[in-house]
Amino acid sequence: MIEVKNLVKRYGNHVAVNGISFTVEPGKIYGLLGPNGAGKSTTMNIVTGCLAANEGSVTINGHDIFENPKEAKRCIGYLPEIPPLYSDMTPIEYLTFVAEAKKVKGQAVAKQVKEVMEVTDLTAMQDRLIRNLSKGYRQRVGIAQAMLGDPDIIILDEPTVGLDPKQILEIRELIKALGKSKTVILSSHILAEISAVCENVMIISHGNLVANDSIENLEAIANRCDKLKIIVRGERNAIVSKISSIENVLSINDSDEKAGDGEVALELELLKGADIRNDIFFAMADIKYPIISIHYQQTTLEDIFLALTNDNIHPDKNGVMPSVEDILSGKAAKYDEDSYENNSDEELEDLTDEDSENKEEQEDDYRPLFSGENKEEEK
Amino acid sequence: MIAVLKKEFRSFFTGVTGCIFIAFLLCFTGIYITSINLGGGYSSFEYVLSNIVIVFLLIVPILTMRSFAEEKNTKTDQLLYSLPMGVSEVVMGKFFAMLTFFAIPVAIMATYPIILSAYGEVAYKSAYLALFGFFMLGSALISICMFMSSLTESQVIAAITSFGVLLLTYMMNGLASLIPTSPKASLVCFAILALLIAFLFYHMTKNITLSASVLVILLLLIVTAYVMKREIFEGLFVSVISYLAVFDRFISLTGGIFDVTAIIYLISVSVFFLFLTVQSVEKRRWS
Repeated sequence: MIEVKNLVKRYGNHVAVNGISFTVEPGKIYGLLGPNGAGKSTTMNIVTGCLAANEGSVTINGHDIFENPKEAKRCIGYLPEIPPLYSDMTPIEYLTFVAEAKKVKGQAVAKQVKEVMEVTDLTAMQDRLIRNLSKGYRQRVGIAQAMLGDPDIIILDEPTVGLDPKQILEIRELIKALGKSKTVILSSHILAEISAVCENVMIISHGNLVANDSIENLEAIANRCDKLKIIVRGERNAIVSKISSIENVLSINDSDEKAGDGEVALELELLKGADIRNDIFFAMADIKYPIISIHYQQTTLEDIFLALTNDNIHPDKNGVMPSVEDILSGKAAKYDEDSYENNSDEELEDLTDEDSENKEEQEDDYRPLFSGENKEEEK
Repeated sequence: MIAVLKKEFRSFFTGVTGCIFIAFLLCFTGIYITSINLGGGYSSFEYVLSNIVIVFLLIVPILTMRSFAEEKNTKTDQLLYSLPMGVSEVVMGKFFAMLTFFAIPVAIMATYPIILSAYGEVAYKSAYLALFGFFMLGSALISICMFMSSLTESQVIAAITSFGVLLLTYMMNGLASLIPTSPKASLVCFAILALLIAFLFYHMTKNITLSASVLVILLLLIVTAYVMKREIFEGLFVSVISYLAVFDRFISLTGGIFDVTAIIYLISVSVFFLFLTVQSVEKRRWS
């Protein structure tokens, strides 16, 4: 169990970690998410005792990492961002050294080294020099190193960077297997990976912890109400007044989808679970306006991530971060005029056409980075 | 500590630096033995040792340059920090690995007086005392150079600065004789030293008020001492900096006298720089 309280790390005037607090429960897999430079690695380095913090405390299984480092470090296996390997050693020599340094006793050294090499599939490579190993195998040596000494907690900093897709799958399986008996924290900026492996996510942005919850909970918060996007060819006021007479529609906003000439794009917030597509169809048929498209919008982990790591999200005057609900519903960003994540009515009216185009471009830029997840579920 | 020692010791045999170290040392000793003892018919092994210490200027930086600079460069220092052992254990492990490795050529050299005894009479006691002093000098220099390596992440810079520092200590007595011994000259030199210390403080802390106050306090102390007891400043600076002449302490051991102060001095230098290395490595965790 890890308890982190009010961690602050400053580099000169730059605040890399700004008062992060969280608790890690035993026996779960945690994902640490954040854009580049958000403070993921810094946080991990502090938690593992590789870096000193300016303020705050880290307690690992009851041992303070700064006061009682040896006991605390014995509970942790750590794979830093760059695997700390000695290139002039072979994996077996290297792992033996780490096991001895972790104070594994006598014959247990060879036994443990053999075990971790089998788990990470390194046995065939054990006598090659590490400098001659491929990136994937080096990463495995790094993970094997973290597993030595049988620590309760394993912390992996971007364990799948630079691996080929097959190796990524293998490492993910390995992490899942580790998670059955140990607490695992892994950092990544690949969302698909986090949602495939982790139960809980902690999202860090600009040195602040903006979310710490299970993936299901986050998605449930984001999808508290269903959103239906429609494009209808016709006259706006008539469409809006017709739709507002339909039951279960909470609000009608302009949608950010592109509509052609004489078309109206709308985003409807519906009561959770309500299916009003038939109603809309018949309502539009009544006034003889054709529906061009109609589909549900689902908020995915990617949307949550983008919303939470928006540059406009800052702690308030008292240093308290806005809650996940506030950020996702747009309340937290409302005070920022140039916020583009805000979907509320007044804001959109203020936006010029140019702005909304920029906004789309920006979002499009992000999308290819997070492969494998469709933002919108076509129905 | 033992794990680090074993790992480091083994790495000297896989890398090229270890071979260079032993080869250079034994080669130079061989040349001097041949020319002085065998060629010149002079039976003193101590004399050979006092002549070959200059080779330390070159080979000790080669031995130590990797120690911490390379760890930082390849980010393997993160492993050492995350392992359940203190920084002092890592530093001691590395230091004793280098010392053990240095003991290999010294052990080979220990056979030379015995070989020489085939050709004439060898004063074993003073020869082995000098060899012991040689080993202690090596230990002090390794400690100094290891500290230099902990200051940088480039092996080349570590080697060059180590060479510079060793060269300075080697020439220290000669340099000291250039400095005038008058009280006023000492005062000026101490003032410059105070300025340097203050500058170092500023470089490390980037805190102008702290460095300024350090400078003021040091200057006040120096001036007060100068006003109160002017006569102690006579040649004081020269004698202070001649304390830094590490090599000269060893020379006093080659005269056949068991000079306890010299041995204590060399051990203190080793311990002092080990301490500084621990501090320097510990400081890296803050940056």
